[in-house]
Amino acid sequence: MVQFNFKGITVVPSGKEMVDIILSRTQRQTPTVVHKGYAINRLRQFYMRKVRFTQQNFHNKLTTIVDGFPRLEGIHPFYSDLLHVLYNKDHYKLALGQVNTARNLISKIAKDYVRLLKYGDSLYRCKCLKVAALGRMCTVIKRIGPSLAYLEQVRQHMARLPSIDPNMRTILICGYPNVGKSSFMNKITRADVDVQPYAFTTKSLFVGHTDYNYLRYQVIDTPGILDRPFEDRNIIEMCSITALAHLRSAVLFFLDISGSCGYTVAQQAALFHSIKSLFLNKPLMIVCNKIDLQQLNALSEDDKRLVDEMKAEALKTLPIGGDPNAEQQVLVTMSTLTDEGVIKVRNTACERILDQRVEIKMKSKKINDCLNRFHVAMPKPRDGKERPVCIPQQVLEQRAKDQEAEKEKEERKLEKDLENENGGAGVYSASLKKHYLLANDEWKEDIIPEIIDGHNVADFMDPDILERLEELEREEGVRLAGEEGDDFEIDGDNMMPEEREALNEIRKRKKALIQEHRIKKSTAESRPIVPRKFDKDRQFTTKRMGRQLSGLGLDPSKAIERARSQSVSGRGRKRERSVASDGAGDDGMEIDNEGKGCNKKLRLRSVSRSRSRSRAPVEEVIPGEGFKDKEQKVKAIKLGKKSVKKRNKDARKGEADRVILNMMPKHLFSGKRGIGKTSRR
Amino acid sequence: MRLEKCWFCSSTIYPGHGIQFVRNDAKIFRFCRSKCHKNFKMKRNPRKVKWTKAYRRLHGKDMTQDSTFEFERKRNRPQRYDRINTEKVLQAIPKISKVKATREKAHITRRLSVGKINRKMEDRRELEQSISLVKAPSVLKEDATLTLPKQKVTVSYAQTENTPMEE
Repeated sequence: MVQFNFKGITVVPSGKEMVDIILSRTQRQTPTVVHKGYAINRLRQFYMRKVRFTQQNFHNKLTTIVDGFPRLEGIHPFYSDLLHVLYNKDHYKLALGQVNTARNLISKIAKDYVRLLKYGDSLYRCKCLKVAALGRMCTVIKRIGPSLAYLEQVRQHMARLPSIDPNMRTILICGYPNVGKSSFMNKITRADVDVQPYAFTTKSLFVGHTDYNYLRYQVIDTPGILDRPFEDRNIIEMCSITALAHLRSAVLFFLDISGSCGYTVAQQAALFHSIKSLFLNKPLMIVCNKIDLQQLNALSEDDKRLVDEMKAEALKTLPIGGDPNAEQQVLVTMSTLTDEGVIKVRNTACERILDQRVEIKMKSKKINDCLNRFHVAMPKPRDGKERPVCIPQQVLEQRAKDQEAEKEKEERKLEKDLENENGGAGVYSASLKKHYLLANDEWKEDIIPEIIDGHNVADFMDPDILERLEELEREEGVRLAGEEGDDFEIDGDNMMPEEREALNEIRKRKKALIQEHRIKKSTAESRPIVPRKFDKDRQFTTKRMGRQLSGLGLDPSKAIERARSQSVSGRGRKRERSVASDGAGDDGMEIDNEGKGCNKKLRLRSVSRSRSRSRAPVEEVIPGEGFKDKEQKVKAIKLGKKSVKKRNKDARKGEADRVILNMMPKHLFSGKRGIGKTSRR
Repeated sequence: MRLEKCWFCSSTIYPGHGIQFVRNDAKIFRFCRSKCHKNFKMKRNPRKVKWTKAYRRLHGKDMTQDSTFEFERKRNRPQRYDRINTEKVLQAIPKISKVKATREKAHITRRLSVGKINRKMEDRRELEQSISLVKAPSVLKEDATLTLPKQKVTVSYAQTENTPMEE
């Protein structure tokens, strides 16, 4: 039988919630817009649709609820009894019945109102009918509200029931409260059941699983049972009773022989006898717990007698073809505190279950089919010769060696021990060089050089480096000797210092020429092609010529003479020239007679000669000019010069020169200021 | 610990300097400083960048082939430590470097000596050609040496104003 899935039941909404959900769904999923101007059929259709929609939704919802819950007749009697114990069968059935009737009622309501809507003659009337229909449906649901709440509670609790497979190999643990059932459960399974000193710590059934011989066993922990008449039992105890009654399992009756649970052995024995009817056909084991507090042998006579009685009962449940150690199988001792005998108990229980189940299977008809499929083939002995185990010699030797190596490993000193001796992890640092394999063991602690002078030592490593070095040095010697010879040849063509001086002078001159030319070139645009006045600055003098010529090494006297004789202003000096030239020609020394002295001599000779070729001093008053005396003239000249000065500074040719060559010079009209605003230019 | 060479400029990278770049094809580029690194990122060819060793070697500015280069060779197999050999090597390395340095210097001097000669010839030629700028041809005819002429200076008598300095 497939087990019913209690967790798969749909959530049961409360009455109000259900109404809300379905009404809002109706509103969303049916058309909402309608006007009284529509055709009457359309109006009727509109509202009928709504009514029907609501009814369908309610119907579906309630159906799922009713179908979701299990029918108590259709599930395993263990579960049906458990549900009865927990929720009361009648109440449960009633609730489900109510839901069912609600469903039918809603269907009827819907049918009636749809029929009425067919005859609705106005929008308003149809609307009223629809409102009434929906209202009545909702009232129905509201009325079953309590049932729905109850079903929801039941559903939640059912989902939390332990998933017990009634057909699996099961071990059931029962006994008085506080005897150690849950502790045992915790020991053999992975279940984490509460273990506390007070009674009724376990309030419901708990399931755990344990493995034995590659098979899985269910272990069910029950709440403690008190010795009471059946009718007086509470729900918790009823759970265990139900489990005992319906599950085909091995039963472990726990006995606390120390009495520390608060109940004597006598009381426990009494309980045993009252529920032994439930143990029919189940492998029964009496488990004496807490033997660390009280040994089985050390029990009093009465207690021992009671235990023996129980044992006798348990023996009855053994299969008939009994074992020699049947006693062991029925009465076992253990202590969950010290873990003494716990595993043994489990094993024995599992074995007994298995035996019983196998026996049953054997007795059934199906077994023959299974047996027919098995056939264990054993080889037939060919002759009577003994053929023992044969291990080759090498394998034996190897095994012996392995054993020795293992022993050695345990005996030898580890690096870790060494570390611990010398101060521990932070203090001692292991010498990694200890196991180096070098040609000479003295070299182990050497610091190996890696770098020298910007070279890697490893790059130069060579066993015969010194020989090669010697070769190299020899070569180098030879090369150096050869080179010295070369050096002398190169210095052949050296200049003398005077020549060097001349060269420097040449270069200076050339540079000066170039510079001049560059200046000329750059000012070519602003310079007139024909200058305004030749030699305005009076730089072409005989002095200059003389200097230049003498710089070249020539004697300039003759040239100067000639130049002077040819010049316009020199015409009056003929006599002077001839006098001077006789005397001074070859000396190399010449008197420079330009200037005032010359003129004075001329004046001595002829007074009336006009001054057309020579210039008078500027401040000399010439009668006819209009000046009183020299001071006046000087002042006048000064004034004249002052008035011209400003114009000259502005580079204006004269008063009339008002040309502004650049009306908007760039530097005045562009650019950002480093600081401040540029609001005026 | 190894001293590596910069991929770009071929200078040694000391520990704690520079950047190593590992490309997706697992080729490692080591740079001695950010200058080289940035040049690399700009995809410049070190053979075209004047100040790198690669350029200098390629264009014959520095010595390329020499027996001293064979002493320093990267070995990929680790060698067992040998104290005797290591001592020898430590003695030999400075001598080898010295020889290498002298040879490199010689190479450079040899290279530059050609220019020296050329410059000398040029000077001589310039002197011969342009001597007329400082020496008049007539003076040159008399005195054929390529030196500055003796200057003829005229002395003026009216020099009395300049004597106050002597007092």
